[in-house]
Amino acid sequence: MADKKNRYNIRDHAATYWENSPKWRRVSMSIAFIAFFYALPFLNNPLVNTPGSDFQSVLFYPVGMYVLMAIGLNIVVGKSGLLDLGYVAFFAIGAYTMAILGTHTALNFWEILPIGIALSMVAGVLLGTPTLRLRGDYLAIVTLGFGEIVRIVAVNIEAIGGPRGIAGIPTPPDLFKAKFTILDPKPYYWVLLTFTLLVIWMVRRMAARRPGRAWDAIRQDDDVAQLMGVNTLKYKVWAFVLGAAVAGAGGVLYASQILSIVPDQFNLNVSILILACVVFGGIGNLWGVILGAALLAFTPERIRFLSQPRILVFGIALVVMMNLRPDGILPKKKREHFDPNWKSVEESGEGEIK
Amino acid sequence: MDFALLHDAFWGLTFDGLALGAIYALISLGYTLVYGVLRLINFAHSEVFMIGTFSALVASGIMGVKVEDDPRTGWNMIFTLLICLVAAMLASGITAVLVEIVAYRRLRQRGATKLATLISAIGVSISLVELFRIITDSLPREFPRIMDKTFLFSYAGADIRNDKVIVIIAAGLMMFALERFISKSRYGKGIRAVSMDENTATLMGVNINKVITVTFLAGGLMAGAAAFFYILVYENTSFKVGFFLGISAFTAAVLGGIGNLKGALFGGFVLGILETYTSAVFGTAWKAVISFLILVLVLLIKPTGLFGESIQQARV
Repeated sequence: MADKKNRYNIRDHAATYWENSPKWRRVSMSIAFIAFFYALPFLNNPLVNTPGSDFQSVLFYPVGMYVLMAIGLNIVVGKSGLLDLGYVAFFAIGAYTMAILGTHTALNFWEILPIGIALSMVAGVLLGTPTLRLRGDYLAIVTLGFGEIVRIVAVNIEAIGGPRGIAGIPTPPDLFKAKFTILDPKPYYWVLLTFTLLVIWMVRRMAARRPGRAWDAIRQDDDVAQLMGVNTLKYKVWAFVLGAAVAGAGGVLYASQILSIVPDQFNLNVSILILACVVFGGIGNLWGVILGAALLAFTPERIRFLSQPRILVFGIALVVMMNLRPDGILPKKKREHFDPNWKSVEESGEGEIK
Repeated sequence: MDFALLHDAFWGLTFDGLALGAIYALISLGYTLVYGVLRLINFAHSEVFMIGTFSALVASGIMGVKVEDDPRTGWNMIFTLLICLVAAMLASGITAVLVEIVAYRRLRQRGATKLATLISAIGVSISLVELFRIITDSLPREFPRIMDKTFLFSYAGADIRNDKVIVIIAAGLMMFALERFISKSRYGKGIRAVSMDENTATLMGVNINKVITVTFLAGGLMAGAAAFFYILVYENTSFKVGFFLGISAFTAAVLGGIGNLKGALFGGFVLGILETYTSAVFGTAWKAVISFLILVLVLLIKPTGLFGESIQQARV
């Protein structure tokens, strides 16, 4: 049993410290934390800057965007244990909504945002309702296929630009004197950070309430959850749709910053990278996922001076990391693993993803 | 939409589909074997296939075949083809075994979650693709024509080309050999026992590490054969060749019922034929969309695939 080895678990230590802190300390720590991230674009430290690419742009994409999407995917994969390999599809739907409506109608970013989120959610329901009845591994291949299909459809429909994509997407209107231009990624980063904080808040609220308990039950044992009266399909679809909404919002913002999109930006590698972020950081644990996403998005940019072999280095790092810490950098609390039979149940498991 | 083409060239398309399906079937055997034993999707399997194509290419170079040469004849040709086939199978087989050691073994022994193992396999897959992208400078490579491609005969307007006939027959022989191996040999029995119940198999004295190595080796050998047949028919390869073939082959495995050998064969042929038909009707661009829709439909109607799951049930 891995639990008995008594490995140092940063997550548990941090959680204990947090729980034992008085309220003023928690509040001030949170404020300092959030302020630090809002001030991050002004940080110019040789340790974290990115030679070969603009640090402020890297903060927005890929780092901030991957963090947001990893949090969204964590609802699906980490909380409810559903393996989604086509997560990029929802990101693409959000981005294409922004691109099409932005270039063809007079709607601005803030008006398109809810439409993009709604469309992603509708896609989530359409894909989720039939496929979430399936077992884990089939869900993986169906979502993987869906991710590719969205890209292929975008390539093949000339009305939305075909393989050339859509250019000239409008930037959002000014907000609180902040100008959104292609030259300055800072306002985009702040909007993205605000989105991310909202999503974190939403996920934490959800996790503590009925949906969170239902997701926990579904992840641990789908059949038992159903026997205990949890409407498993409903909560699975909900997890799927919430994940889709987060990616859709990310897509809308991304399209408005990058100004032109092509279908090949939304390939399978993005889905896999985001999944890697979730698992790398510590599946199911929000802070681990955020750390993992930040690291995985940031590292290839930081080692850009390696140019050619940087993705190779990234791949090797993934393998080494998973071999050394299979539960991720910041694993989830071991609290739920109290049952001595838990591991053996998993080993004989009938294919559901834990 | 071009239904006339489908109607006119029906038998020719069917034949092409069978040749493509044979390649899918050989690759999907690797997915299905590993799934049967480990209950995991081997994400690096498409790269095992990719390495097979490059090994065949290198072997042909060592044998002195050049792109601008005339095709070889007689025993010389047969010998060259066999060397390329063996090179591809060996390289893929060894790669598959190494993938297991690097990506799976340690995680399995630590009882890691499925997702952790999946990410580790994805890491190996990314590394291999990138390695070959750097080696080949992102350029596709042409495979020299070793064998003269002629039409053997015509049937109902379909020209039957010799290389595709060879692929279909040879793939059939490979699958037959694998079937014998799984149902009769000592390790084949071990594979079936482990896929039935890992713990009981261990208690009964099955060396689980050896069995898993043999499983990966068998899957790798089949992928290597598929790689050689692919490069023989399509005459080119690149570092990303594994990706779409891998997805299609995995779809084929799921279509037939993953973990089921006969299902993988059947799924491979069905998918190969359907993809060829649909690309004739809707154009090749929509091929992947149609096969995906077929997969979803099959899964909705019969979620365990056409043949149901698990190696042991199909064999008893």
